[in-house]
Amino acid sequence: MFHLGAVLETLYCRKNQIPFVYFISSLIIMQNLVIFRARLCRSFSSISSNPLSVCVVGSGPAGFYIAEKMLKAHQQAQVDIIDRLPTPFGLVRSGVAPDHPETKIVINQFSRVAQHERCSFFGNVTLGSSVFLSELRELYHVVVLAYGAESDRSLGIPGENLKGIHSAREFVWWYNGHPDGRNLELELKSTDTAVILGQGNVALDVARILLRPTAELSTTDIAAHALATLQESSIRVVYLVGRRGPAQAACTAKELREILGIHNVDIFIQESDLLLNPVDEEELKSNRIQRRVYELLSKAATTKTEHTSLNQRELHFVFYRKPDSFQESKERASHVSGVHFEQTVLKGVSPGKQIAVGAGEFEDIKCGVVLKSIGYKSVPVDDLPFDHKKGIVPNDRGRVLRDPSDPSHLEKGLYVCGWLKRGPTGIIATNLYCAEETVSSISEDLEKGGLMSSSVFPKPGTNGLLQLLHDRNVRIVSFSDWEKIDAEERRLGSSKNKPREKLATWDELYKTIS
Amino acid sequence: MWRRGGDRKCNHKVKELQLEDQVKREGRRLARVGASIAKHLYTRNCSSLCGVRYIQSSRCHYMQPLFRQHAFRILYKGALMERHNFLSTMTTNNTTEEGSEQEETISVTFIDKDGEEKHIKVPVGMSMLEAAHENDIELEGACEGSLACSTCHVIVMDVEQYNKLEDPTDEENDMLDLAFGLTETSRLGCQVIAKPELDGIRLAIPAATRNFAVDGYVPKPH
Repeated sequence: MFHLGAVLETLYCRKNQIPFVYFISSLIIMQNLVIFRARLCRSFSSISSNPLSVCVVGSGPAGFYIAEKMLKAHQQAQVDIIDRLPTPFGLVRSGVAPDHPETKIVINQFSRVAQHERCSFFGNVTLGSSVFLSELRELYHVVVLAYGAESDRSLGIPGENLKGIHSAREFVWWYNGHPDGRNLELELKSTDTAVILGQGNVALDVARILLRPTAELSTTDIAAHALATLQESSIRVVYLVGRRGPAQAACTAKELREILGIHNVDIFIQESDLLLNPVDEEELKSNRIQRRVYELLSKAATTKTEHTSLNQRELHFVFYRKPDSFQESKERASHVSGVHFEQTVLKGVSPGKQIAVGAGEFEDIKCGVVLKSIGYKSVPVDDLPFDHKKGIVPNDRGRVLRDPSDPSHLEKGLYVCGWLKRGPTGIIATNLYCAEETVSSISEDLEKGGLMSSSVFPKPGTNGLLQLLHDRNVRIVSFSDWEKIDAEERRLGSSKNKPREKLATWDELYKTIS
Repeated sequence: MWRRGGDRKCNHKVKELQLEDQVKREGRRLARVGASIAKHLYTRNCSSLCGVRYIQSSRCHYMQPLFRQHAFRILYKGALMERHNFLSTMTTNNTTEEGSEQEETISVTFIDKDGEEKHIKVPVGMSMLEAAHENDIELEGACEGSLACSTCHVIVMDVEQYNKLEDPTDEENDMLDLAFGLTETSRLGCQVIAKPELDGIRLAIPAATRNFAVDGYVPKPH
């Protein structure tokens, strides 16, 4: 801030050089200094009262990358990040698996952004209840929605509401200590078999957490309640079921390599499933990720497993099956006892476009737990255009469109980034590029004057938001509050040889900062 | 941002042992530095490792996967410094530092997202990710060199230089799978370690692409 002020002051002086020189000559040095100071103050106040006020909704990777890029691209930008949780970092905290600590290192970078002098974090602020979208748009020049996808796609098949069937998101929140995932009714003691629907990285994470020896998990930041349940788990067999073949598996090599290497787990893959049709071969040729995944699967299928101990756990990769219905247990009413699958074949001639269609033959897999890992889904808020079919906000390179069919009809000053913009796919780094795109759209709009000049139309920005939240008795959680939570979690973890013990209930989180 | 300097001396014993291990593993490279390293180790004279340069270079030591290369770099540097001391015993510490630095850096050119070139000197043993950050070159490093992301992706502009690098490990390839704008000569910046043969290497930082969702996108060569 001071630097900026000084630069502007220099520019100001240069512009007015001639009158300024006259001025100096007629005054003694002390007076001159006083005036200089006054000018400096004026330039300070003009900057601080007319910043480009930006509000980012959501503090996951998309939100933080937007904040970082905005701060870098616009020296006058003041960026406020709001989040409905008292804890920042979104899925880096509650999505990335506890046994992937390296992936979470990016938190260091995000923390530096949050500590930037022109950036603020306001946790415990929910869009749609603490504050409404229309209000944010009144308060800020630019509003960027990056609140991700907090719901799940559903299969829409009979029996989906039976007990024992959960979405992978719920399971992930549960083991990652998300305060809304604490009360998941998960029974892992009454069955030895779990079926996971889907073969993406989330499915692999879920399978790995179920199968990995708990001694290895106990030194991660896994939630204490999850670890206790997993320690008592009787799950011995896990099925990872995909509608298409090994050439279309949605996981990446790193996660696959990892799960194939877990101790005491036998891998089962039907060699006949590895046969490729000509379109598959085309797909593998043009897609490095799929090719390497396929190679790993083939290698695992042909490697003879050694049945070394009786406690051996099993992981079955099942391809070409789509769930037709869930079966209800005869012994336990309204509880799942298995999945009825239909075999599939691939249809389609263009690479990457093959779809699985039912072949009319069916089979069952008996199980006591089903985890659906078939995709996350974003949830709209009031006054936000939303494409329910795609599950995203219609946008043109991040600019929110009022009408998806008309790219010229924009919601002025409103932008999206991350999963809300492009759907729930990709890795953390995908958001980096996604944020660059949205920020360049914002910058273009600012240059064009489409967002009006901030000095002409000052907006209440941070102060306005704080006032509004104060009036509504919303307890804001600042970044320094989060640092208290962070310190407490690390303290609790250190006695258990864990990097942190997450505070996994709202009460505990609030108590730490009260 | 990685300046975590601090007191490293307490770890000396451990590091000495690690260095010793390192030498065994890096036999091939050891030959290049020759007897000076051996002498350095046998005399266990680590005083030269405590110099300013060492402390600077150790700022990323908590990045485990980088440690190997770091250890080697320190060793290499220590040996070179000692040799230098031997040749010019009258020089002051400062000039020794400078002298050794001249001897052990290579020229690296980074071509940034806008196609602008930046020429820097990189000490042998340092990763391109660290080198970029020390020279304010915008190369992302989300996982700080722990081989858990693909954000420090660089494209080696010259195939001959690319071929001088050791093949990427499975783990690096797993991450390269996810890099944007992957090319035949792509590497992760954290895994490319400066060595004398790489002098003059040119590295392009891939431009963020507008159609990042499209698989197999190849950025235009600069």
